[in-house]
Amino acid sequence: MKQIEDNIRELNKLQNLQQRSHWMNRLHPLGKLLVCVIYIFVVASFDKYAFDKLLVMAVFPAFCFIVGDLSLKDGLYRMRLILPLVLFVGVFNPFFDRKVLFSVAVAGSQMAVTGGVISMLSLMLKGLFSVLSAYILIATTSIEEICYALRILHVPKIIVIVIMLIYRYFGLMGAEADRITTAYMLRAPKQKGIHYRAWGSLVGQWLLRSMDRASAVYESMTLRGFNGDFRVKRKNVSATDFLYPFIWIVLFILLRHFY
Amino acid sequence: MHMADALVAPAVAGTMYVLSTAAAGVSVKEVRKQASPEKIPVMGVMGAFVFATQMLNFTIPGTGSSGHLCGGMMLSALLGPYAGFLTMIGVLLVQCLLFADGGLLALGCNIWNMAFYGCFIGALLIWKPIMKKGASRVKIALASILGCVLTLQLGAFSVTLETLASGVTELPFSVFLATMQPIHLAIGFVEGLITTAVLIFVYEARPELLWGVGETSEKKEGKLSLKNTVIAVAVAAAVCGGVVSLFASAFPDGLEWSMEQVAGTSELEAEGGAYDTAAGIQETTSLLPDYAFKDSESAVGTSFSGITGSLVVVLVTVGACYLFKFFKKNEAD
Repeated sequence: MKQIEDNIRELNKLQNLQQRSHWMNRLHPLGKLLVCVIYIFVVASFDKYAFDKLLVMAVFPAFCFIVGDLSLKDGLYRMRLILPLVLFVGVFNPFFDRKVLFSVAVAGSQMAVTGGVISMLSLMLKGLFSVLSAYILIATTSIEEICYALRILHVPKIIVIVIMLIYRYFGLMGAEADRITTAYMLRAPKQKGIHYRAWGSLVGQWLLRSMDRASAVYESMTLRGFNGDFRVKRKNVSATDFLYPFIWIVLFILLRHFY
Repeated sequence: MHMADALVAPAVAGTMYVLSTAAAGVSVKEVRKQASPEKIPVMGVMGAFVFATQMLNFTIPGTGSSGHLCGGMMLSALLGPYAGFLTMIGVLLVQCLLFADGGLLALGCNIWNMAFYGCFIGALLIWKPIMKKGASRVKIALASILGCVLTLQLGAFSVTLETLASGVTELPFSVFLATMQPIHLAIGFVEGLITTAVLIFVYEARPELLWGVGETSEKKEGKLSLKNTVIAVAVAAAVCGGVVSLFASAFPDGLEWSMEQVAGTSELEAEGGAYDTAAGIQETTSLLPDYAFKDSESAVGTSFSGITGSLVVVLVTVGACYLFKFFKKNEAD
């Protein structure tokens, strides 16, 4: 139940951030999407031992978090889901890669730093930067705007409509999941999860109700003129919309190749 | 099983994006062919439903722990493989953007590992053949458990391969595999049980909602069309060029080895104007010397060379075939 509440709270928080009247929120979504994807691409392209060079890539999240008034704590909190796999993959590197890269003087004695330690730290940093970059995108851009950018990139409209519908109905379904779990827990106190005898009927009934809801949604969409097409309000493009991605992309290339 | 951006190299991510895009292209085409706009809201609402059910915890009998649903197999059993695949793409993208579960760069890998296997292998190779002559409780249980276990095993295996190909871990292949596969065997089994319970309920309440039940008289396509063959060859070439090329041996090939044994070098020196001119032309025209970008040793260069090489070979072969056909036709006339 806590997970459902957490997710709903996180969703509401993101929606509030997306509706702010900050200049970063007003930028064209295509530019923000491209900057985010190219940043992650550049970060992932660094060599596993290039920890020092990778550190410089912190300029982008640092700028966006400070100038964009975003909470670093919320950004870091999003690491929780990918952290277990990243940790599992990286934590063994120091044991297998024992090649000494350099030594550090600690309290008068020399401590050898192996390639495995550096590659593990690089992996963590790559994970952190990519999560923060995706957070910057979603905190300043609504899903509708991202879908608009995807359409400009010629992503098929059926995929875009499905994404928008999933997002729109997730809040509703999440609230329903919360109600179902609360009702179940009140009838089965001190039980961890849903009993196997209730798996089929509980989720199955909910599923059938959702299918019926989908039919109702389709009927109401048809009544409002839906014919399988996806229409969005065109956004006006200003000079800042060109400058923002241009400056960042040039900077990423410079940092990647000349630092 | 969601992969993070940090775990994939750009070359691996790009290759997986190409493969996932090809599968998405086929799915979009198939869903459009069905021409049923009422399916679109169902896909959206079902995607949100799967997303929400992933947050419910189910007690695993006799263990004291709990598991949750992933939903790929369930979506395919209700919507079919193509609509199910597109819905899963939506679910994975929203998960990655809203909750940082996965990543934008790793999205191609995640679509392949979770949606492709769940929807195509699970639905077309397991669910459909089992349900061909009608459904029953036993058949649903068999298809659901087998489908979930097998597709999760394939997904976990792909995660291992993609991570190792990206070169981010020092874990040996066997150790990584031995850790990933058993965990996902248990997860797949639990997911199979939950999917069974839900689908049996649907079968008893509204059997018409299940996909692919009793479809015995589908048209049989004896031969692959030219377009499908070209797509299959192109995908295979991209995989071989983009991924397999990364594992190409750094040791000399048989001929080079023999030369090294006989002459002491694998590259013979030649002198003379003609040789110099030829070497100059080769140096100027070779865009990707030694299967890499000029003055670079990055893995991206190797993959790029592999894909470009495959593309050039395919184009030259197809061109030669058409030329041959053209001259043969002229001869016949």
